Amino acid sequence: MARSRLRLVRLGALVAVTLLLGACSLISSEDQPLTTFEPAGPFAERIDNLFWPVFWIAVAVFVLVQGAILVAVFLYRDRDGSKEAKQLHGSPKLEIAWTIIPALILAGIAVPTTAAVFDLTECGPDAIEVQVTGHQWWFEYHYPDAEITTANVMVIPAGQEVCARMTSDDVLHNFWIPALNGKRYLVPGQTTELRLQADQPGEYWGHCAEFCGLSHSLMRARVQALEPAEYNAWLASQQAGATLPVEGDPEYEGYQVYLNKQCIQCHTVRFEDDSASNIIATDAFNGPELTHFASRNVFAGAILPGEGQSRGDALKEWLDDPPSTKPGSFMPDLALTEAEIDALIVWLESME
Amino acid sequence: MTATAERPTTTIFRRPSSTKGLWSWITTVDHKRIGIMYGYAAFTFFIIGGLEALLLRIQLSQANGEFLTAGAYNALFTMHGTTMIFLFVMPASSALMNYLLPLLIGARDVAFPRLNALSWWIFFFGAIFLYSTFIFGTSMAPVGVDGVGGVDGNLAPGGGPGSFNFLADSPDGGWFGYQPNAGPLYSPGTAMDYWALGLQIVGLASLVSSVNFLVTVLNLRAKGMRLLRMPVFAWMTTITSFLLLFSLPIIAVALFMVTFDRQFGSLFFAANAGGDPILWQHLFWLFGHPEVYILILPAMGIVSEILPTFSRKPLFGYSAVVFAGAAIAFLGFGVWAHHMFASGITPVAQAAFGLATMTIAIPTGIKIFNWLGTMWMGRIRLHTPMLFAIGFVAMFTIGGLSGVTHAVVPSDWQQTDTYYIVAHFHYVIFGGAVFGLFGGLYYWFPKLTGRLMNERLGKAHFWLMLLGFNLTFGPMHWLGLQGMVRRTWKYAPETGLEPWNLAVTVGAFIIAFSIFIFMINWFTSRRRGEESGLDPWDARTVEWMAPNPTPEYNFAVPPVVTSLDHFWHLKYEEDTEGRAVRVDHADEMLANIEHDQLNPVSPIHLPNPSYFPFFFALGLPIMFYGVIYHRTPWGKALILVGLVISLAAVIGWAMEPLEEPHGDDGGLAEHDQLELAEAAVSPEGSDPVLPPAGGETESSDD
Repeated sequence: MARSRLRLVRLGALVAVTLLLGACSLISSEDQPLTTFEPAGPFAERIDNLFWPVFWIAVAVFVLVQGAILVAVFLYRDRDGSKEAKQLHGSPKLEIAWTIIPALILAGIAVPTTAAVFDLTECGPDAIEVQVTGHQWWFEYHYPDAEITTANVMVIPAGQEVCARMTSDDVLHNFWIPALNGKRYLVPGQTTELRLQADQPGEYWGHCAEFCGLSHSLMRARVQALEPAEYNAWLASQQAGATLPVEGDPEYEGYQVYLNKQCIQCHTVRFEDDSASNIIATDAFNGPELTHFASRNVFAGAILPGEGQSRGDALKEWLDDPPSTKPGSFMPDLALTEAEIDALIVWLESME
Repeated sequence: MTATAERPTTTIFRRPSSTKGLWSWITTVDHKRIGIMYGYAAFTFFIIGGLEALLLRIQLSQANGEFLTAGAYNALFTMHGTTMIFLFVMPASSALMNYLLPLLIGARDVAFPRLNALSWWIFFFGAIFLYSTFIFGTSMAPVGVDGVGGVDGNLAPGGGPGSFNFLADSPDGGWFGYQPNAGPLYSPGTAMDYWALGLQIVGLASLVSSVNFLVTVLNLRAKGMRLLRMPVFAWMTTITSFLLLFSLPIIAVALFMVTFDRQFGSLFFAANAGGDPILWQHLFWLFGHPEVYILILPAMGIVSEILPTFSRKPLFGYSAVVFAGAAIAFLGFGVWAHHMFASGITPVAQAAFGLATMTIAIPTGIKIFNWLGTMWMGRIRLHTPMLFAIGFVAMFTIGGLSGVTHAVVPSDWQQTDTYYIVAHFHYVIFGGAVFGLFGGLYYWFPKLTGRLMNERLGKAHFWLMLLGFNLTFGPMHWLGLQGMVRRTWKYAPETGLEPWNLAVTVGAFIIAFSIFIFMINWFTSRRRGEESGLDPWDARTVEWMAPNPTPEYNFAVPPVVTSLDHFWHLKYEEDTEGRAVRVDHADEMLANIEHDQLNPVSPIHLPNPSYFPFFFALGLPIMFYGVIYHRTPWGKALILVGLVISLAAVIGWAMEPLEEPHGDDGGLAEHDQLELAEAAVSPEGSDPVLPPAGGETESSDD
């Protein structure tokens, strides 16, 4: 009876382990854009290099402790004929050993940890500054040198350090691009710094990591690293204002909706003709700047696609009732008609 | 009150005298009945918190889940954390500490029995107050309608796809209540007021009982039980009480600051008016990190009782285990900012808190290695309590190791606020505290009922819970490192996080099933379990010298303790090799002990029941409801009513006469104990066998 049960347990354990390993291999091959295991720049790399040795030390201790438990249970389990245990009360030598050895290991870990803290905290002198402002629930990026403001997608040059100087407009947020560095809070009334650098051009996913209210889960981030030349071209194109639609243009109707249906109360658009520009003060009840809206590949807190075939449908869904896509969204359901939405989409898509 | 002295005659109200029925429970001051009430309440909240977790897990089992609305999700994770910490693990520890502390140190009750009743009733009303938010609370200002929008659409609770939106009207700022999100501007409804004030009340309960336990341990130990002869669980209760005593005032102040911000327009945490939201985090975690040890140390104590008993060996390095516990508690006050490594504190502060955090691994390691040393070369019997104790050591070790990776500050910048942290602290609190608590329940069940819990069901519970636990929280490490952010209602399918999330959800249901088995076991064994007799586990400590189920007076003959593991040394000697040898007349002696403990030679003086703790506690939530609605006339009236009830109870309490014939509130006058201690060595009592081991002589307390 006891034997057969033991066999059953063993069989069960074997099946479980096999399934576990199978699942592991299945999943690790999948694409995981938020992973911390694929650092794409020196800062994330430094952290990764710190994590792994500590991880392997932890694995060694894990094996030691769990192994000791299993061995103890196996060797010293009460069986028929087991002798009573010797009544050992302890061993000062062992106590000293298992105090000092972990202390030494930890001291060994502490040195590179402390060095990395200091190295990674302060931005380098040549870093490009990008000011990041957190809003419920999207990130705003301001480039002080180029005097441009964008949202949801942070564009950076590959191979150069970017210093994100961050604050928040409302509650705490936490800016996190796993492939580029760890996290840093955005605190209202304070400025925090985060060093970012991508070695290669590419798309890097991120997420607000601090609980920031109803739609925290939908406050995502995207960093787009461009070749330096492309980056400069991007800056130049962003500095230009949008073309002011005139009557007869296909974009004109959408622009009229923007003017007349409250959009203008929150969203800045800069036009080539500066007198038409509508700049919303950053500390006002504001939404993302829409100039060059169509140049961003995501919108609405980086949850909806801002490029390709799906952009039109996404915009339609969004403009129809923003809070149903992003609960609590400060962009209200304006009860736009289908025609108005279509017109807006034409205009928005024209602002490359 | 079978063996109570006559009721005093001079009193305003008649003293309560029921020994059965509802009133006897309301007025009891018996530490065991209080412990039982704490236990059932805690378990009820464990079930509620567990159901909340299951709802969360159903939502997360798929990418872009549409089971819950965002508002319901946020409320559920807030209440899950709040419930499990403040309404489950803390009172469950309190249940075991209440029930067992006097037994462990050979006393008849705690030092202040009425104060003990007060702490329970404060907890009870505080918990009800907190949960009444589901009925009365609002999470946002009552404008706008769910999901409909309009200009006030942002103020509608919940919204978005999903159901259970009615749950959204409850605290939704997280159990950590970070400001300013949980402040008046961004959580304008009343729900977070219920949270802040509810925790205030519940915290008061723990503060009251911590004082009580400390005085008990310092004053009511049985004769000969020097501090370093106390069972480790009594030690950990003491250390936990110190932690509570020093950390609860901090959270009380912080919660008052939040309440003032929310109710009276103070601006402590309002960034737009010069307040500092980060200040809240410092205060919260200055309490919050010691709180972690408040949750885990009692379980460490429990495990330190179970492992020696079932290894049939003394605890390896007893004093090292005790002092490591004290060291953990002490260091626990110096590491709070490791919860805030991403907050932008200076690199010097980050490095300092990182290093301080690492040092905690040292005493923690000492404990783990000593537990292994206890099992090593023992004679291990794998009964259910032992399985849970071993499970504790194994699972807690994992939580400890992932904890070290957080102390590596830059590494924590990646891990913080992800599921890696969720995995870590569940390995500590569930894998640690909850496994330990269950072990304690199985181990001490006979003290409650005189019966044993069913071993088959117990083992099924253990193995299923171990499997479910690891399936739930193991993959969370991976999910976190793959970028899954905490407190997220939805995740995108493109993140590749879905398969493991499904596994986690399956694991959660396995845990739930194992708890169901436990409940069946508990309720059937209470009436039909095998009778335990005096000493079912061949135990080591003096609580097993009291009969099972424990009589109201605990010990008719309080033990006179001559060594650590006193009870064991009555039963066992050592041969030349140092192996335990049962003394010849051990069984006869046990029978004598049981006989003597069940048959007091003279009436035993016990503390009398009282109405006042109940009514004092009843006034508090009424007052606090009034604070929430203080802008209305009836709110002001409630404050007054609550105040009057509590004050009247205080006056009644103060006027309640001291008891006859030896009147202190604690009931047990010292010479009472001595008298009975002497009775223990008198001819009609059992013949206590002095243990040969140790060669320690009786002496006064250290």
